[in-house]
Parts: sequence; structure tokens; C-alpha cells
Amino acid sequence: MKEKKLGIVKEQYFTFAEHPHEMKLESGQFLGPITLAYETYGQLNEEKSNAILVEHAFSGDAHAAGLHHESDKEPGWWDDLIGPGKAIDTDKYFVICSNVIGGCRGSTGPSSINPKTDKEYALDFPVITIADMVKAQKHLIDYLGIKKLLSVIGGSMGGMQVLQWVASYPERVKSAIPIATAAKHSPQQIAFDEVGRQAVMADPNWHEGNYYPKKVKPQRGLSVARMIGHITYMSDKSMEEKFSRRLREKDSTFKFTADFEVEGYLRYRGDSFVKRFDANSYLYITKAMDYFDLSGNKLIPKEKNIDLRFLVIAFKSDWLYPTYQSQDIVRQIKIKGLDATYCEINSTYGHDAFLLEIKEETHLIKYFLAKTFKG
Amino acid sequence: MQLDHKIITNIIASGSKVLDLGCGNGELLDILVRQKNVKVQGIELDEAAIYQCVEKGLSVFHGDIDSGLGEYPDKSFDYVILNQSMQQARKVDFVIQEALRVGRKVIVGFPNFCYMKSRFMFFFQGKAPVTKSLPYHWYDSPNVHFLSVSDFRGYCKDKGIKILKSYYLGDKRLILLWPNLLALNAIFVLEKAD
Repeated sequence: MKEKKLGIVKEQYFTFAEHPHEMKLESGQFLGPITLAYETYGQLNEEKSNAILVEHAFSGDAHAAGLHHESDKEPGWWDDLIGPGKAIDTDKYFVICSNVIGGCRGSTGPSSINPKTDKEYALDFPVITIADMVKAQKHLIDYLGIKKLLSVIGGSMGGMQVLQWVASYPERVKSAIPIATAAKHSPQQIAFDEVGRQAVMADPNWHEGNYYPKKVKPQRGLSVARMIGHITYMSDKSMEEKFSRRLREKDSTFKFTADFEVEGYLRYRGDSFVKRFDANSYLYITKAMDYFDLSGNKLIPKEKNIDLRFLVIAFKSDWLYPTYQSQDIVRQIKIKGLDATYCEINSTYGHDAFLLEIKEETHLIKYFLAKTFKG
Repeated sequence: MQLDHKIITNIIASGSKVLDLGCGNGELLDILVRQKNVKVQGIELDEAAIYQCVEKGLSVFHGDIDSGLGEYPDKSFDYVILNQSMQQARKVDFVIQEALRVGRKVIVGFPNFCYMKSRFMFFFQGKAPVTKSLPYHWYDSPNVHFLSVSDFRGYCKDKGIKILKSYYLGDKRLILLWPNLLALNAIFVLEKAD
């Protein structure tokens, strides 16, 4: 039997917050107009009760599944989980994924044109938070005419947006699936982000963020930032399995070239990231994650009568978002007496596991969604 | 249906809130949801069992019951079940006290160590008992506490725990006589004394 595929998908755009209706940000500043790049898969049913919002991680985008062109080598970033018959089954559900504000993959961010100056925003772009990203998404969900999302789902920074949906608009979500994430960024996570930002800003081509008209990019700095990121996404064990101490050539060169496979891998990852990602977006989005804090009792609003189910997933070898952080999320849910499932998947992939442990995630998500949909 | 599941299902009132500590693959919770329309939450340590619970549409936390209940306010549940998991908890006294705090009633089910055949193996064969309710060898047993029906009654008396009801289980039916000698398993319904 031939496997059913999602096929060709198309990026769409939604613009709102035009003057004088700019969107108020958490910082008190205003942003507008705002464009969101988004994709949808599957069909919205008549009751509009089968919509699932997928949230992307730090460097992700709206292209979660399918192909843009027949000739594309790689499908969307979560194609293993989204599609006909998959965990997030596009035969049953209507799936939406949008690029975050502050990003550089079609949505309004620091590399977009500031209507006031007709130049790129650069550092004139206001600092945004996870709550601002979610507020912008709510405009999109309103525009699509969806009153209540069947589920909001995402890993890492995507998981933070999931939690933010619960905190900001609990009456608009029926279930939440935060994966490999945290209710707040820890000092260790902030520290890694700061090292990345310093690497970008130390690059002479950064020009205080105004590199766009100079036709240069802080490539070295952004590449180093990404290399650090990739170390934190893997585990000691997964690096041993993937690279060990293997050399790229037969012998050591006794020079500072990339002798080891792991060095070559990091350089390759850094270089390819620079091609698709804006350095200022790197600064803005990492800052948004660092400001994120729904710890204590801030996740579930007090005053409202909330009926919401949770599926919280963590990975044993994830040291960037350790399992205790997911357990903290679960603790808040327990105190409120809400329905929740928590699973700690025994993976060796580290933080990357949320993109790789497909079989386990599929099992959990598929049945959880089916139960939520059935009621 | 298993005899212990049948007894526990009969104890639990329809529409109540139930927490199952060590819920395994969720078989009992599934029966309770379907027959008694209860709201359930499980806690289970085994990852494979978690997947089976989710497949049944059950809500379950992955974790051990020794460190699980701190967040729940008092009397969050109508029943807390500790069926065949109590004897596997390391801090068993703490777990029972916590169960009595978060639940209005607690149902415990455990294998009787002083069942006739156990005594026979111990006394005449000089061997650690292996029975239908204690099927493990000394080297592969998940059990860390070994107790009899009398031991548990003594514990409840010492701790001032009220026993509301007790059931003694043979292989296929209830035991009415000499439970400490004839019962393979026991089920107690407990309540915190005022």
C-alpha cells in the first residue's frame, strides 16, 4: 500500500494591527502592521472544532509539514508527526502553524521594513515576549473563525508558547501538549542564550544591528552562536554515538582545521544556519525566551473556571530542558486539579529528542488527541 | 474480570474522583471509567505501562508513588487506590499517610505473606515463599515489604487508622474463615480517624 502524503503545501500571509490599531506589547510598546506567515493542513470541519495549533521551536518556521515544491529535498520540520494517518492526523484535524513575530521566516521581525522609516527595523524593533508571540497568533485564530482550539502543541520554545496560550487564553484551548520545555528559563538557559547573543554582537559585521544596508551579515558570530546551541541540543551519549573521536580525514593535521567529525558537524550546522536565519532575530527571540516565566502559580489563571487537559512530555537525557522543569509544570497542573498526563521518555538524544523520538510521541499524542476530540 | 478488580469496582461509588497509585497498564481504571463513570488519575513508574494507559484514554503521571502526592490539596479525591503497589513503595508509611490525606477513603490491596502455602514452604522446605499472590523469586521481586493480614490490622491500630471494610481473597472467591491463614490477598477500605 502506498503511504498517503500531505503533498504540496503553501505558505500564506495574514496582516493585521494596521495603523492606528497597532498591537500593544508586554513592554508597553506598540507594533504594527504585523504580518504572520502561516500554513494550514487538512480541513476545518463545520463546527470548527478540529483545529490544532502547532508551535515551532526557536529556529523553526511555519513550514511544519509537507513540501513547498515537488523538488524539495526536505519536508517541513515536523513532517514525521503531521500528515494523513500520523500522530496529528490531517485526515481528521485542521492543523495551523505560524512563524513567530520577531522571526525572519515571513512574519514581522527586525529584518522587516519599518513603515515609519522605509528601512529595516534592526534594533528599532521592539523587544517582544512569548506572550506577544501568542497574542499575535490569537489574531490569526480569530481571523480563521476558530473559537476554541482542539489542542496547542509544541516542543522547546514551542512548548513555552503552548503554556502561554493556557495562561493568556485558557477559554480558547481544549487541550495543551507542552514538550521538552519549561515554565521559566533557568539561569543556565539564560546564560547559554547570552553567550550566543554576545557572539553575534562581537562580530564586527553586526554594526549595532544595522548590517542590512551594508550588505554584510555577522556570519561568524551567528555561526558560533548556533554551534553552542547545537551542543546543548545533544547529549553526551548521543554525541559519542554520532561522532565519537572519529577524524574526518585519515590522519590528524596538527593544524586548527576541523579534524574531528564533531567539529565538522558544528561548523556545517553553523554555516547552514547563517544562510536561513537573521542575526537580529536570534537576539530578539532568545531574549523572549529568557523573559519567559510562568512559574509559581502563573500558568493557570485563578479566577476562571478552566476545563483543559494536558499532555506533558519530557526526555530523560535532555539537559537543556531537564525533566524537573516539566515536573514543575505538572505540579502546577496538579495543584489546580486539572486533568493531565505526564510521560518521561527514556531517550538518549538530549533536547533534540522532541524532533526524533517519533514512535513514542506518536503513540502518546495520537491517543491523547483522539480522547480530547471525542470528549 | 479479576476478583480484586471486581471487589474494588463494587466498593467505588459512581461519579466519584479516583487516584490510583501504581495503576499499571490502567486495566482497573479503565473498568472504573466504563462501569462507574468516575474521574480517574493514575500514577505509574513503568514507561511501557504509561503508553497503555494513554491508549485507553486515561490520564496518568509517570513517576514513583514515594514522591508523588505533595501538590494535592487535602481530600482531593474520593478514593485513593493502592492495589498491589503498597508493598512495593519504599516509604510505605508515608505513602499511606499521604493517601489518607488526599483521599476521603483509601483502598489497599496486598498479598498475604502468611498464607498457608507460604508458611509451609518456609517451615517445611526452608525456602522463601513463592505463591500465586507472591509469584516472584527472591532475586526478581519488586516487593520490598512483606506483611500478613494480622500485620496490617496491627499497623492500622497503632496508627489510629479506621478500617471501614475488609475483604479476603482466595484464588477464585472470597475467604470467610481464618483469613490470615487462608487468604492469598487482602483488600482494606481505610479512613483517617477524626
